[in-house]
Amino acid sequence: MDYSYDAIVVGAGGAGLWAALELAREGVNTAVLTKLYPTRSHTGTAQGGVCAALGNLEEDSWEWHMFDTVKGGDYLVDQDAAEVLAREAIETVLELEHMGLPFNRTPEGKIDQRKFGGHTRNFGEAPVRRACFAADRTGHMILQTLYQQCIKYGVKFFDEYQVVDLLFEGGEPDRGGRAAGVVAYRVADGQLHSFSAKAVLMATGGFGRMFRITSNAHSLTGDGVALCYRHGIPLQDMEFFQFHPTGIVGIGILLSEAARGEGGTLLNDLGERFMANYAPKLMELAPRDMVSRAMYQEIRAGRGIGGKDYLYLDVRHLGRKVIEEKLPDITEFARIYQGVEPLKEPVPVQPTAHYAMGGIPTNVNSEVVRDDKGTVVPGLFAAGECACVSVHGANRLGTNSLVELLVFGRRAGRQMARHAGKVERPRPIADAAETVRGQLEAIRTREDKGQKVAAIRSQLADVMMDNVGVYRDGKLLTEALIRVRELKERYGAISISDRGHVFNTELLEANELGYLLDLAEVTVAGALARTESRGAHSREDYPERNDAKWLKHTLAYKGPKGPTLKYKPVSITRFEPKPRTY
Amino acid sequence: MKVELRILRYLPERDEAPHWERYEVESDPMDRVLDLLIKVKAEQDGSLSFRRSCGHGICGSDAMLINNRNRLACRIRIDQLGKKISVAPLPGLPVVKDLIVDMSGFFGKYRSVKPYLINDQPEPERERRQSQEERAKFDDTTKCILCAACTSSCPSFWARPEYVGPAAIVQAHRFIFDSRDEGAAERLEILADEDGVWRCRTIFNCVDACPRGINITRAILEVSSAIVGRRG
Repeated sequence: MDYSYDAIVVGAGGAGLWAALELAREGVNTAVLTKLYPTRSHTGTAQGGVCAALGNLEEDSWEWHMFDTVKGGDYLVDQDAAEVLAREAIETVLELEHMGLPFNRTPEGKIDQRKFGGHTRNFGEAPVRRACFAADRTGHMILQTLYQQCIKYGVKFFDEYQVVDLLFEGGEPDRGGRAAGVVAYRVADGQLHSFSAKAVLMATGGFGRMFRITSNAHSLTGDGVALCYRHGIPLQDMEFFQFHPTGIVGIGILLSEAARGEGGTLLNDLGERFMANYAPKLMELAPRDMVSRAMYQEIRAGRGIGGKDYLYLDVRHLGRKVIEEKLPDITEFARIYQGVEPLKEPVPVQPTAHYAMGGIPTNVNSEVVRDDKGTVVPGLFAAGECACVSVHGANRLGTNSLVELLVFGRRAGRQMARHAGKVERPRPIADAAETVRGQLEAIRTREDKGQKVAAIRSQLADVMMDNVGVYRDGKLLTEALIRVRELKERYGAISISDRGHVFNTELLEANELGYLLDLAEVTVAGALARTESRGAHSREDYPERNDAKWLKHTLAYKGPKGPTLKYKPVSITRFEPKPRTY
Repeated sequence: MKVELRILRYLPERDEAPHWERYEVESDPMDRVLDLLIKVKAEQDGSLSFRRSCGHGICGSDAMLINNRNRLACRIRIDQLGKKISVAPLPGLPVVKDLIVDMSGFFGKYRSVKPYLINDQPEPERERRQSQEERAKFDDTTKCILCAACTSSCPSFWARPEYVGPAAIVQAHRFIFDSRDEGAAERLEILADEDGVWRCRTIFNCVDACPRGINITRAILEVSSAIVGRRG
């Protein structure tokens, strides 16, 4: 079936829902497509908080938040975007409260705030209480609240419709074409539907599933990012992938930085708070890239617990009241998934692949841009983790992912409404679904040639984890590029056993694996080319940051033999790059 | 250790009716049931279908009937279940394929209780104030992840599918007891309907099923009391 709307939102996490809400309030005829149910989106798993310089407990300012964001991102942050982020964080958090979000409260009844990694007062002096929170389920409450508001305003949802292609009118984007809609696979019966629209938002989240140990949901396979790439839109700064320091050993489930924000400590096998040797001022509240590297250093020096590859997160001294009121979920995670009682024993932790700083390049109005000059792809928008605006630069600070999806999801909705008011609906495209139908049918019906989804997926996850993790070097990355390309080759012969049309999750997983392979190749290629260490990208063969050569964003374009890399300058408005110490 | 996993399979394009199939799976005691399902799909039968996303009990995708109790597959460990494990779709909801049920009726009931803040007063410049005590009154019910484990475990719901069910009442409670909300009267009227709170027989299956540890029966009783109090 063919549908026609003024605006289409792909993905129903925080960014997509807030955009949809803005569109609905403006009376724009909008549909949200999600491959899950909206309340299953990964925004819901965010735990610790959302930073905004409300100053409810101590003096704070958006400029300090902006500075922390820029420094935290190792100066690869676009400072015009960071300014928007820090300023609008305040009004979006207050707006969420007005929508009903149940924040924890101070004794005066204001929104409660706590400390978080890399967030400081007065340009780096000491940690500041900036993270607004609802226990340790802040993301859950953001997702619920935005979904509730979408219901109130009558937003139309297409649940379990997986977008599998993008449509353009007047040529592909690199030839000036404009976004004209999407093709979606209805999971319930395998039918393809085309949705034409004046404005299309990608809000499809991250792609941490390319790594073996990850905090990311099974569904985080980078669908929107890969589809943009396949249509000639470059991907920005993909070599920067964040490893969060405190994942549950072996399975990667996250234990929020809020544990350290409330006073939890990290200990090595000698019982030492080893962060004193790496970030004496901020200690455990240093940015994540630095803490993860410190943990690897400790493990390499033989000071992992029992000589093994993990360390301890200790919250015992916080007491039962703080733990139960402010950290109840992660306490439960430690009990269930590790069999450890955090009230009585320290919790084993290791870094886990967590967040993509890179993604689809956009400007501050969440419009997708396709080159180093900021040329807009008319009608195409991106917001949230799938986008790169770039407020995170080389390393994201804790809570800023939630801030980003609020601020730039809202901006996307407003800009889409303006755009939709100005242009005509695209003409429906005949046979819009034919290309992708061919691709999906080939997988569904191919004879067994011994290439299986699960095997290729796990080999990809292994090579990315082992070669493209916290520490990298030229040799590891070269090997990884060869391996990923071999896997891509094998993927071409992939087959599945489910030949049905109803909930063919095997087919969808096979299709998603194709996205992950494309994005892994771009990640490795960008990392191999960038011969410096900056933020989360740490090259042991090039251990220093090199501003003269590398203070620039990577743009990776799809080419016939793999990605072609180009670069574009960083926006620097207020803060000149300085050495990054904490 | 080896685990015998029995799964109630149903491929609508192949099977006339659901039937049990057995799988032997190598497992670690700390594995979750979701790990075993993923393993079966990867190694034994790619057509095995189930919903999953976050894998740690927050997204609510993978509620199912595990050893005859509603559980999230990603939150229950093998060492809590033993070496023989049975897995079936949530009871009381239409089965679409294997462990996947039709959730549209469930979400329809959720929507019917006006699950959003109702407050037509002009918004203040800063946050609305709320005391810690006021906030505590509805803390428990904000944890709900809409997984449907409670509603589909409820004998009253099995007997009368029109019953709005525990999950929707929990969602209504979250707003009725929020000091910032002014929609309590509308919601209580909806829940005073013949398919509202009075269908609850305090059987407590919902409390056993809830993966978030919400005291659902207490929430239902608080809503019932509010209805009585309003009539009082």
